[in-house]
Amino acid sequence: MGKLLLKHDDVPGIQSYDVYRKNGGYASVEKAIKTMSPEAVTEEVKKSGLRGRGGAGFPTGMKWSFLAKPEGVARYLVCNADESEPGTFKDRYLMERIPHLLIEGMITSSFALGALTSYIYIRGEYFYIVSILEKAIDEAYKNGWLGKNILGSGFSHDLYVHVGAGAYICGEETALLESLEGKRGNPRIKPPFPAIAGLYGCPTVVNNVETIAAVVPIINDGGEEYAKIGIGKSTGTKLISASGHINKPGVYEIDLGVPVEEFIYSDAYCGGILGGKKLKAVVAGGSSVPILPAELILKTANGEPRLMSYESLSDGGFATGTMLGSGGFIVMDETVSIVKNLWNFTRFYHHESCGQCSPCREGTGWMEKILHRLLDGHGKMSDVDLLWDIQSKIDGKTICPLGDAAAWPVASAIRHFRKEFEALVVVKDSVLA
Amino acid sequence: MTFSNISMALVQRIIKRYPEGKHKSALIPVLHIAQAEFDGWLSAQTMDYVASVLNIQPVEVYEVASFYSMFNLKPIGKCHIEVCRTSSCWLRGAEELIDHLEKKLKIKVGETTPDGMFTLKTVECLGSCGTAPMMQVGADYFENLTFEKTDKLLEKFQNEGKRRTYMDKPQTA
Repeated sequence: MGKLLLKHDDVPGIQSYDVYRKNGGYASVEKAIKTMSPEAVTEEVKKSGLRGRGGAGFPTGMKWSFLAKPEGVARYLVCNADESEPGTFKDRYLMERIPHLLIEGMITSSFALGALTSYIYIRGEYFYIVSILEKAIDEAYKNGWLGKNILGSGFSHDLYVHVGAGAYICGEETALLESLEGKRGNPRIKPPFPAIAGLYGCPTVVNNVETIAAVVPIINDGGEEYAKIGIGKSTGTKLISASGHINKPGVYEIDLGVPVEEFIYSDAYCGGILGGKKLKAVVAGGSSVPILPAELILKTANGEPRLMSYESLSDGGFATGTMLGSGGFIVMDETVSIVKNLWNFTRFYHHESCGQCSPCREGTGWMEKILHRLLDGHGKMSDVDLLWDIQSKIDGKTICPLGDAAAWPVASAIRHFRKEFEALVVVKDSVLA
Repeated sequence: MTFSNISMALVQRIIKRYPEGKHKSALIPVLHIAQAEFDGWLSAQTMDYVASVLNIQPVEVYEVASFYSMFNLKPIGKCHIEVCRTSSCWLRGAEELIDHLEKKLKIKVGETTPDGMFTLKTVECLGSCGTAPMMQVGADYFENLTFEKTDKLLEKFQNEGKRRTYMDKPQTA
């Protein structure tokens, strides 16, 4: 188990510039600016196989290479620190514990992209982290890593923190850009993609906190070294936020490819199910990904051990698989009502829908209502099919993926736990407090 | 209604973070400052003032202020208790915590105590899933909460009696 991002996690004072620098901090900036061209930096990121750690898993190097570079037009790097996917708290952990790692990654990445200005868009609820990041940025300016003519190279860069104000949707990259422009967080229609017309209509790359942080070891050790970690196209390490009914909730940096069973039961990670109870279900990658029952999260439909990797978790498609997503790993024991958890998720999506697209704005509310009446003992057998029908009419029919994210939990809960829905209709007792 | 000199200096510094002509980008950060400075909420008067400071139309401020959950468009208790209710917190006792707070404060979710000290709200995932259940009060996260821990915090907030906002009233620019 080789840690890359959290290597110095337990070094006392690693939050401060001096300690961070003593532990090899800012070496990637030095190496990139003094010895590499911007293209060479992008090339290393491509070689590393790094995939976007926010949830979509799109290859980072490829995203960077799409960035338009018209003469005389500003380019921007924007870090997505709007971490809001239920079950996900890794970026918070990283920014709070090792703020300079993000700052260093921002500078190295901006050099590769030719961005003279970059922003870290952080969710408003993380206000206490803003001061941690701003202190780190101040230290970086004072020590010559930010500002004009960095290391005498001629490359200048300014970095700012921009705070949001509470809206899940702003984690969607075009909604984030709208918000950064001082508007409501309504996602934009794509194309054009941000790489062509992003912030202020200029070419922009938006990357997640963990993605940017991973650029640091990739440049220090080389993309090929990074790609040796992991399995297949799931290279490198991933921060997993583990929560729910487990003995040791927390953030774990894993080599991609660890068996799910080991992750849940080993003392190195989750440490087993709380109170020795039985595992019922797992939401493996944040609330948006399909929920899987114990037997399908531990083993694929073919009986292969399920691994913590992009490919293995999605093995079997949505029929029997799920997604790695953001790595928000929510564990549920045998006592959990799957329908009640689904109601909780659906209420969330209804609350967070921006309201632009009718299927999402109306559909999430309808689904929330139907789930509530099922739980309250007033459901009908036809409600289960009605729920299925509504989710199928949201999925893929909205401007942004919030619609899909609202539909998938409903579809997967019905697919794997239909009997629980039906039992609520038969018994007719309210299970609401 | 005007910002203090310190707040105004901070506003000016924030505006400079964005390219010329893109000062509207400062709107959300400036609304946070306004909320901290003017009693923890944004009145129409406050929003109109922010519009004049940023030289944008009032409606551009209203539409943004009403979109984001952290902006309070009504007066709010000095101590705004926000309890996360989303899945991971629910699995680890958020419902029980909310019940406890309702009983303890003798108000329902969404209400403010008659003395104006506490407002109780439920919110969606605050990224504290591994340390559930939790509540946010001002900028602070209080995590791994038990009833006992929660009671002690309420007592502390009551005794200190100060307003807690997401950002402190600016002391330096």
